[in-house]
Amino acid sequence: MLEARIRKLYPPGPESAAFELDVAFEAGPGFTVLFGASGSGKTLTLDCLAGFVRPEHGRILLDDALLFDAAARVNRPPRQRRCAYVLQSYALFPHMTLRQNLNFAAAGWPRPERQRRVNEAMARFRLADLAGRRPHELSGGQKQRCSIARALLGGRPSAPPGVLLLDEPAQGLDAPLRNDLYAVLRQVRDEVRIPVLLVTHSLEECFALADRMLVLLDGRIARAASPREILDEPGSLPVARLLGAFNLLPAEILSLDPARNRSRLKLASFELQGPYFPGKLIGDHVTLYIRPDQLSLTPRDGRPGPNHAPLDLLQTLSLPSGVRLEFSSGVAVEMKREDLEQWGKVKEWNVGFPADRLRVL
Amino acid sequence: MPIDWFPLWLSLKVALLATTIAAALGLWLAWILANRSFRGKEALDAAIALPLVLPPTVLGYYLLVVLGRLSPLGKLYEWLTGSPLVFTWQAAVVAALFHSLPLLVKSARASFESVEPVYEKAARTLGASEWRVFFRVTLPLARRPVMAAAALAFARSMGDFGVTLMIAGNIPGRTQTVSVAIYDAVMAGDAARARLLVLVVSALSLLILTLANRLPPERHGRRPAAQL
Repeated sequence: MLEARIRKLYPPGPESAAFELDVAFEAGPGFTVLFGASGSGKTLTLDCLAGFVRPEHGRILLDDALLFDAAARVNRPPRQRRCAYVLQSYALFPHMTLRQNLNFAAAGWPRPERQRRVNEAMARFRLADLAGRRPHELSGGQKQRCSIARALLGGRPSAPPGVLLLDEPAQGLDAPLRNDLYAVLRQVRDEVRIPVLLVTHSLEECFALADRMLVLLDGRIARAASPREILDEPGSLPVARLLGAFNLLPAEILSLDPARNRSRLKLASFELQGPYFPGKLIGDHVTLYIRPDQLSLTPRDGRPGPNHAPLDLLQTLSLPSGVRLEFSSGVAVEMKREDLEQWGKVKEWNVGFPADRLRVL
Repeated sequence: MPIDWFPLWLSLKVALLATTIAAALGLWLAWILANRSFRGKEALDAAIALPLVLPPTVLGYYLLVVLGRLSPLGKLYEWLTGSPLVFTWQAAVVAALFHSLPLLVKSARASFESVEPVYEKAARTLGASEWRVFFRVTLPLARRPVMAAAALAFARSMGDFGVTLMIAGNIPGRTQTVSVAIYDAVMAGDAARARLLVLVVSALSLLILTLANRLPPERHGRRPAAQL
């Protein structure tokens, strides 16, 4: 179990704005994924945990060992922190073979056990045939597996790795290799049983791995829950924007009826019916959010029905999962290709907003 | 007339010793300059580089004052070894050291600083001590430029004239290095001897430079992308 409370302030420089990292979180067994845009402080958080950056305030505890405590002036050096840290660029030593890289990490173990551990790791991470190769002779996926294996071999018998930190591990890998990496990481979780803290800007990765997801926004944790919960309820507009998975539409609340769980919203020039929105008032300007796959489409012939908005199609994009149609007023709809093909080429549509799916921020 | 090769052997011995001492001391200084921040760091760097720009006679004069038989350091050396330092071949080593050290420190510092910090960072998280990080990661990665600098330092040590003359003197068979011997031969009108020594030293220097340029290339391909 890793518990961290970190505050690190960077005063404004001549060409950079001030930045403050202020986070508090726990990482228990399983995957904790720190999700955020670049510059939100993800790598900085890992560097604070691993001991490369000294925060001004806070405390970092791994199991029962104090790694850092600003008040008590405890600041253990990186080599004593028991953090297996997989850096963004793999950082395999280029002048050593793969086996030498692993031996370097396992040097804290007595010789017979060192050999056993290295051989075991090479088998587990499918590296046995590559032992004599140097890093530049390995593929991206092999390098990544080697750097994870190496990180987990570090430490000493009295202080084995207590947490695995991964900085954007899937960056630069194509889709099949990413899936392979996720499988390897799940295997690590099941076999090594230490908390895994992974940093990413890919929502796909959160869904592939995260037991718990922390949304990092400008140096602060804006939301912490499972990825599914966060996608259902982003909680705030910046988080919804960051996830990039919603139609975000400005709307005004026209009426609210808690008794019948109803509301009416004004969206551009048309009105929609929605559920009751607790905590909102009539006349509030809100942002309506709905996922593109939750909208329905019918070709426009005659007047739109209730909760349908007449919109003009601007462009159609192909997605791996289907098609994405972009309409006037910034509305996007995603659907299966077959469902669109039954209609043929149509420019004018009615877009249906299911009343029970409407959420506002 | 048999040729006296003593000056050449002495020069090689002096240069080898000076380069070895300069390598040990220089790598340590370069590591400190590259990795630690402290007050007066750039002043130290400048002080190490000073012998490169000082006239040899000025440097030689200083060394005579600091290491002479009446100075505290000179007395300490005499008490430790039983013989004075100045006007011995060991003084020639000191003179050569002052020319090889700056070359080594300058380029070792630059090459340590150019080693991608991610490798040192990775080594530290794996539990390596600073000592191990240096000898297993930093130094091997900076090996090529450091060895090239050592070769240059060796060549430079072998050719020192002014400082050597000032503090080691020109005692044939004892402190006369090859540069001093050439000067001596020219002054004595012994053109054949001067010509021979000049050719031998030129060939040797050329050989060292060629070897330095033909060090085995780094075999580790591309460096990883810079971290964001």
